[in-house]
Order: sequence, then structure tokens, then C-alpha cells
Amino acid sequence: MLDISTLLNAFPGYIAQGAIWGIMALGLYISYRLLEFSDLTVDGSFATGAAVTVMLIIMGWPAWAAMIVAVIAGMLAGLVTGLLHTMLGIAPILAGILTQIALYSINLHILGNKPNQAVSVDKYDLILSLRTVNEAIVIALIFAAALIAAFYWFFGTEAGSAIRATGCNQAMAKAQGININFCKVFALALSNGIVALSGGLLAQYQGFSDVAIGRGAIVIGLASIIIGEVLAEAFFGKHMTFWLCLSSAVIGGILYYIIMGVVLWLKLPTNDMKLFTAIIVAIFLAVPYLKKNFKNSFFRLKLAEKKAAKEAGKNA
Amino acid sequence: MLDLKGIYKTFNPGSITEKKALQGIDLHLEDGDFVTIIGGNGAGKSTLLNAIAGVWPIDEGSIHLAGLDVTAVPEHKRAALLGRVFQDPMTGTAANMQIEENLALAARRGKKRGLGWEVTKAERAKYHDMLVSLDLGLEDRLSAKVGLLSGGQRQALTLMMATMVKPKLLLLDEHTAALDPKTAAKVLEITDKVINENKLTALMITHNMSDAIKHGNRLIMMNEGKIVYDVSGEEKKNLTVEDLMKKFSEVGGHFSDRAILG
Ligand SMILES: Nc1ncnc2c1ncn2[C@@H]1O[C@H](COP(=O)(O)OP(=O)(O)OP(=O)(O)O)[C@@H](O)[C@H]1O
Ligand SMILES: [Mg+2]
Repeated sequence: MLDISTLLNAFPGYIAQGAIWGIMALGLYISYRLLEFSDLTVDGSFATGAAVTVMLIIMGWPAWAAMIVAVIAGMLAGLVTGLLHTMLGIAPILAGILTQIALYSINLHILGNKPNQAVSVDKYDLILSLRTVNEAIVIALIFAAALIAAFYWFFGTEAGSAIRATGCNQAMAKAQGININFCKVFALALSNGIVALSGGLLAQYQGFSDVAIGRGAIVIGLASIIIGEVLAEAFFGKHMTFWLCLSSAVIGGILYYIIMGVVLWLKLPTNDMKLFTAIIVAIFLAVPYLKKNFKNSFFRLKLAEKKAAKEAGKNA
Repeated sequence: MLDLKGIYKTFNPGSITEKKALQGIDLHLEDGDFVTIIGGNGAGKSTLLNAIAGVWPIDEGSIHLAGLDVTAVPEHKRAALLGRVFQDPMTGTAANMQIEENLALAARRGKKRGLGWEVTKAERAKYHDMLVSLDLGLEDRLSAKVGLLSGGQRQALTLMMATMVKPKLLLLDEHTAALDPKTAAKVLEITDKVINENKLTALMITHNMSDAIKHGNRLIMMNEGKIVYDVSGEEKKNLTVEDLMKKFSEVGGHFSDRAILG
């Protein structure tokens, strides 16, 4: 028997987690959308952010200071991927995978060679916790809003525009005197710093961190960006301003968690969660493509041909 | 102004696809020279311009530009001295960015890019006036994405971007080849105007021999990675397409029909 009230009770939790993953999606937005660099580092740097935050808090650091160090650690991870790509000529996806794999070991070391570490809100002063879920939602959204404002400013500056130009057209960027290698490394560091920040927030929210906390982060981040984009386009059409694009990524994160919540509530087997995730992301990735194809003459002609063939068959 | 000495460039050396693209190029340009470059497909014309721009390092030789030895200077630093327009209209502009953002990127060529606003109000007014003089109706579309523009509009915009910070040398690689004849003529007209008004030094590759004769004060012909013909002054002015064709078959070159028509 499905009880709607259990779903409603779980709702605030989904919103809080979705907002935290929405912050991760903002970080991914820099590499995936602005730099057009498929960066798989994020699965690792998310867990690094979580591990550093938890361990420093356990060591007695205030949570905010722990999170600053977590951001720096994430930026270092992005730096490594950037250097693997620009200095050693390793392809983007491979460079990211290499850093991600390396981070798995490093994250285990950070966690004191244990697969997980608890950081209880009873013992430590945390920035947010699922114990006070409504407050957690507000705090996560404040972080997201501050980041969106910062992005809006930075990517409107000369330096930020150079990064956007690098992502859009490398030949043009170089011809205009932009050091594209520097832009790539800088943007990847920035991106992974934000991803680590969201990892630190999630670890505090759930009260522990484990080494697998970032598994599939890239897919969740992409899902948030794409779901947000598809829906925002449905509401606002093609005229999407930058801040709308960013906000929609955060909203996409929240929607993703709500969708997952409904899947859980429908008592679909939890073992199949990753399968559902992949299917949902594939559907949302396909929507823009299919929509474009629908307007495409090949597609329409083929449809018309099929129709004509059917008619001919009937008449014969 | 520009001094090229003994430039060699071989692509994929030692492999079956080895290609000796430049085989000993010596070229000296005076301030204000406007040189047209012709030659068959694969003659090394684009390779020469790319060598000057620093797209990749050369194997041998030296490149001096405006009194500086730039042989070892990376592409993005050399860009401070160069304006470039490419054959493909897609190459010279950032399609996902607005017209004014593209212009603002170009206005900062060779300057430090800090945390100031990319497009200021004063700049916007300046860009508006500059686009009015282009006469392509772009002045009222400053915030439109460049991806929405036609090929000719993009080439004219790229030309403006290449020259708004006065370059020591302007490199034009068949920048009208992808355009229809009428648009090509218009972009060439703008090119002439920009070069004359700013007294620029320029290298322009073209496949159109009559354009090569009509524009500039000097003409060079390339074949198999070498400069095989070099004329200037009165002699160049009096050239005919037939002269060039004859010269070309003398060196054993082969021109496409496109070069003869046109
Ligand atoms: N990056 C590269 N890698 C390998 N080979 C190259 C490269 N660039 C040019 N080549 C080769 O070098 C030769 C000269 O090419 P280039 O592009 O300079 O010719 P071009 O004179 O500009 O000809 P076109 O009129 O066709 O543009 C050609 O055989 C070309 O295939
Ligand atoms: Mg060429």
C-alpha cells in the first residue's frame, strides 16, 4: 500500500540533498558547459571535500575553516587534472579518470585508512544537519545563491570572459592573445573547489563521510544541469540569461532528488537505483536532441515517406 | 617590419605522411607593405601564415617582427602583435558569445585581463559607432550571439576584431573564400579601407588572381614551400592574369579553375 504521507514527510530531505547536489552541479557547470571539458575528476574531488571537512571537524577545527581547506583540496585535484591535460597532453576524459582513481587512495588516507568516519551533530558544531532539515534547506540555498551571484560577477569580468572564450573557440581565444592552457587549469581548479565544497556540505548534512560518497557524482551533476535546462527552456524559451541557466542547475538538482524519492516511494528495488538514474539522465539528455530532430527535414521527410507508403499500401 | 630567414617546416617527419610544407622561406616586409600571396593548393601559403602566428614551432630559421625575435614566443603572446582573419568564418569569433563580448575580447588583445567588467558602457557606445561604419546593420544587435550572423558578417566582424588593437602585421588567410561573390567583394572593400586608414602592414592569401593583382603593393607566388615569384611597384600594377598564369606554369605549378575564373 502506497502512503502519500510517507512521501510528503521525506520531501524536505530530498530538497535539502537536492540543493546540496545543485551546488555540485554549479561546479560542474564550469567544466561541462563553460569550458566544454568533460571532467570526471568530480567523483573524486567531491569525496575529497567530504573527507577533509569531516576529519578536520573531528580534529576540532571549526566547520567553516574545515570547509575552506576542503575547497583548497578540491582545487588542487582540479589543478592536477588540468596539468595532466595541458602539460602532458592527456585527453580530458582520461586526465579526469586518472585523478579520480588517484583520489580514491588519497581519500582513504584522509579518512584515516577507514572506509567511513562519523561526525555527529551532537558532538560538533556543524553548518547544517538533517536533524534540522528546514534550516539545512535554507543554508544550502544561501550557499547556492551566493555562488550564483559570484559566478555572475566573475564570468562577466575580463578574466571570466577569457575562460568562456576558451571553452567556446580555442583558435579564436589564442588569436586574441588568451593563454588557453592557463584558462583551462584555472577553470578546472575553480570547478573542483566548488564540487569539494558541496561534498563537505553533504558529509555534514548526513553526519558522516565514506569513501564512496562521490560515486556517480558526475552523473547526478549532469542530470541536474540537463533537467534544469530542459525545464527552464520549456518555461522561458531560448532566451536564457546566465543567472537563469545557473539557477536552473540548482533547481534541476532538487528535482532530481524528488524524482528519485518518488522512485523509492513506489518501492522500486533500491538495487536498481543506478539503473533508474542512468535511464532518467539518458531521457533528459535525449530530449533536446530529439526536439531538434523533429524540426529537421530528414526526419520530417522520412515520416512523410512512411505515411505515403502506408497510404499506397492501403490503396493497393 | 617582418623578417623571415631560412624557414623550414616539415609535418609528420619520418612517417609516410611526411610533408615538407616550407622549404627555405626568406621574406622581408617594409612598414606599410600590403602583400598578396598566391599559389596552388598545398603550396604552403597557410603554413607560412601559421608559422608567423606561432601556431606550432618551426624546424629551422628565425622570425623577427617589429624588431623583436619572436621565433620562440608562444602563439598567445605573439597575438599581441598580430591581427588574424581565417578562411573559415567560424574560426575567428566565439559563436556562443555576444557581438559586444567578442569585440571586448579583441579590444584586450595583448593586455592583461583582470577583474574589471568585460564590456563597459563607454565601450558599448564605441562599438556601436564602429559597427555603424561597417554598414552591415550590426550596430543594433550588439547583444546578439555571433552564431546568429551570416558568414560575411562574421568575417567583417573578425576583421574589425583583428584591427581594433592596431596590429604590427595583419594576416588574412583566404578570408573571403567561403563567401558568395557579392559578400566577398564587400569584405574585400572593407579590408582595403581598414588597411589604408590604419596604414597597416598586411599579408593576404587569395585564390583569385585578379584580386591579388588589384590589391596591395606587392605580390608573391608560392610553390612547393618556396617563394617562386616576387613583384612590387609598377611591375606589379601592370601584371595581368595571363602573366601570372604563364609564370605559374613556368615553375611547374597547377592552379585550380577557381583561381582562373573569379
Ligand atoms: N597541421 C598540419 N599537419 C600535417 N600536414 C599539414 C598541416 N598543415 C598543412 N599541412 C600540409 O602542408 C602542405 C601545405 O599546406 P598549406 O595549408 O600551407 O597549403 P596552402 O598553400 O594554404 O593550400 P590551400 O590553397 O589549399 O589552402 C599540405 O600538403 C598540407 O597537407
Ligand atoms: Mg590554405
